[in-house]
Amino acid sequence: MSSAALSPPAAVAPARAQRSRRPSTFTVYRWELRKLLAQVRTYLGLGLLTVLPVIFVVFESLHHQHDQHDNIFAAQITQSGLATPVLMLLFMSGFFIPVVAALVAGDIFSNEDGNGTLKTILTRSVDRGQVFAAKALAALTYAVVAVLVAATVATVAGVASWGFRSVRTYSGTLVSAPEALLLVFAANAAYLIPLFAVAAIGLMLSAATRNSAAAVVGTIGIVILLFIIAQIPGLEAIQPYLLTEQFQAWQGLLRTPTNWAPIAHSAWLCALYGVPSLLAGYLIFLRRDVAGG
Amino acid sequence: MSEDAAQPVRARGLVKRYDEVLAVDHIDLNVHSGDVYGFLGPNGAGKTTTLRMALGLITPSEGTVELFGRDPMRYGARALEGVAGFVEAPRFYPYLTARKNLELLAALDGGGAAERIEEVLAVVELSPRAKHKVGGYSHGMRQRLGIAAALLRQPRLLILDEPATGLDPAGMRDMRALIRRLADEGITVLLSSHQLPEVQELCDRVAIVESGRVVYEGALADLRRQGGAGYRLRTTDDPRALSLMRTQAGIEHAIGGEHRLSFQAQEQDVGQLSLTLAAHGIGILALSPELATLEDLFFRLTEGDRGDGDGAGGPAADTEAVASDAARASSPATASSSNGTSEQAVEV
Repeated sequence: MSSAALSPPAAVAPARAQRSRRPSTFTVYRWELRKLLAQVRTYLGLGLLTVLPVIFVVFESLHHQHDQHDNIFAAQITQSGLATPVLMLLFMSGFFIPVVAALVAGDIFSNEDGNGTLKTILTRSVDRGQVFAAKALAALTYAVVAVLVAATVATVAGVASWGFRSVRTYSGTLVSAPEALLLVFAANAAYLIPLFAVAAIGLMLSAATRNSAAAVVGTIGIVILLFIIAQIPGLEAIQPYLLTEQFQAWQGLLRTPTNWAPIAHSAWLCALYGVPSLLAGYLIFLRRDVAGG
Repeated sequence: MSEDAAQPVRARGLVKRYDEVLAVDHIDLNVHSGDVYGFLGPNGAGKTTTLRMALGLITPSEGTVELFGRDPMRYGARALEGVAGFVEAPRFYPYLTARKNLELLAALDGGGAAERIEEVLAVVELSPRAKHKVGGYSHGMRQRLGIAAALLRQPRLLILDEPATGLDPAGMRDMRALIRRLADEGITVLLSSHQLPEVQELCDRVAIVESGRVVYEGALADLRRQGGAGYRLRTTDDPRALSLMRTQAGIEHAIGGEHRLSFQAQEQDVGQLSLTLAAHGIGILALSPELATLEDLFFRLTEGDRGDGDGAGGPAADTEAVASDAARASSPATASSSNGTSEQAVEV
């Protein structure tokens, strides 16, 4: 800083009794997305969800076994490219997509804690509630994008390899290719319900632990724990109430007529997991001390 | 009182406990409009914790702090209108450029903050490096970016925590010049610092904290005047002069050092001393008044009975006397809150 440049210009001089227009939560949200876009880790998860369907399609193209398949879509894999996104959702919905969603949700507060930037943004003209809402929305947006990327890549790869053809649903009903495409994306949309609950748990742990590794691993740990509980003999009665069981609720859309029951069950049950987690995260973030950094 | 007429910072009985640890112990602060207010204390004295409470980053265990009459705990971000600054080192997103960081912060400030980005970058001379990611910035550059980020808000109150830490001598000089000019523009500055020369050069009022308590709050000039009105003396026969001084009425704390004597006295007693020395055939080679430096006073107040008391400013005054004399001489606003201050000073 040379002394020539030291004089603060008029525009920098204090604004007396100025009432500044407060930024909206949407503005904060927009910047949360821009921060996500500027970070490498954002693309690692999306890269994984891009690569897996491509590997699957390449592998199936080279080594497809014409054996009996338990799953009707697996049996049709080479008959219609639209079977691929269904199989990929089946494959990735239990672990890979939740992990990718947890990577961002579990990191979104604790990363700022670690960098010390939380104090930077909390000493501007936005309230903590706005920051929380913007970050939560950004994490959920990322979950949507992750699912959309996985579904789109799987669909494009499948159709490119095996054509845009009609496909049979779980009920054995043949549906046209356009209708099947619609069902594929509807199924992915239904899958977002439990995924949002996973993201909400990640957000809560991120706000509470202030440690990215603990929050991300904690979220994934909860998912794994629920999977293990589901396998324990004698606990069958609680299975319908486990979050991880809701990961397959979307399959109700691929039946004729559509079976809405598992989706409706998933909606309220996931709300029981997600809403308290989100509320707890909000209250923790609102009341906690921002120290360190 | 209207919000604009309210004090920039007013803290009452501020306490912060972490389990058994009392980080801040009933601190009262009075930063008046136009002050360049130094907030001094050794490491761990509770300065940063106090500033964090002032900015609403941490919740006080007891007490309140108001910025222009608004408590951040109650008003949230609205309490920070017209307030900017940083605690500890300013932090930015390392994966964004300096300009992007400022764009982000301007967006979070609202109003016309975004229009001032180029100007504030120019003020801190970061325009040529604005396109570089902050991750590659030096500590000094980040400090300057911290000032730029604060200026975006057109603050009426600037809270700076150790702004010169990690800067080279030229950077420190420029940072002081910038703070001085901002103060001249009418911005009230609350400056937490370890750099005693910096505080001595910039600040007109100070609070000195020790172990979470304010041991002095008031005008720096009062503190210096009350704390160390001493004299230095060189004579043709220092040992005899010292003996005479110790028997002379009105001469206190007379001590002898290498080729110099020092003592404390009222002006008329100094005149009498010079006559006494002359009457005994002792010539005065040099006699100069000396105010204690802030450093002397700081160590007397914060180390008190641990200090060696033989600082450059002369003999150590009793810490209790320094603090209570200074508290009496401080501003009326301080005096109104100085019950705690002077009581606390006694305990140092």
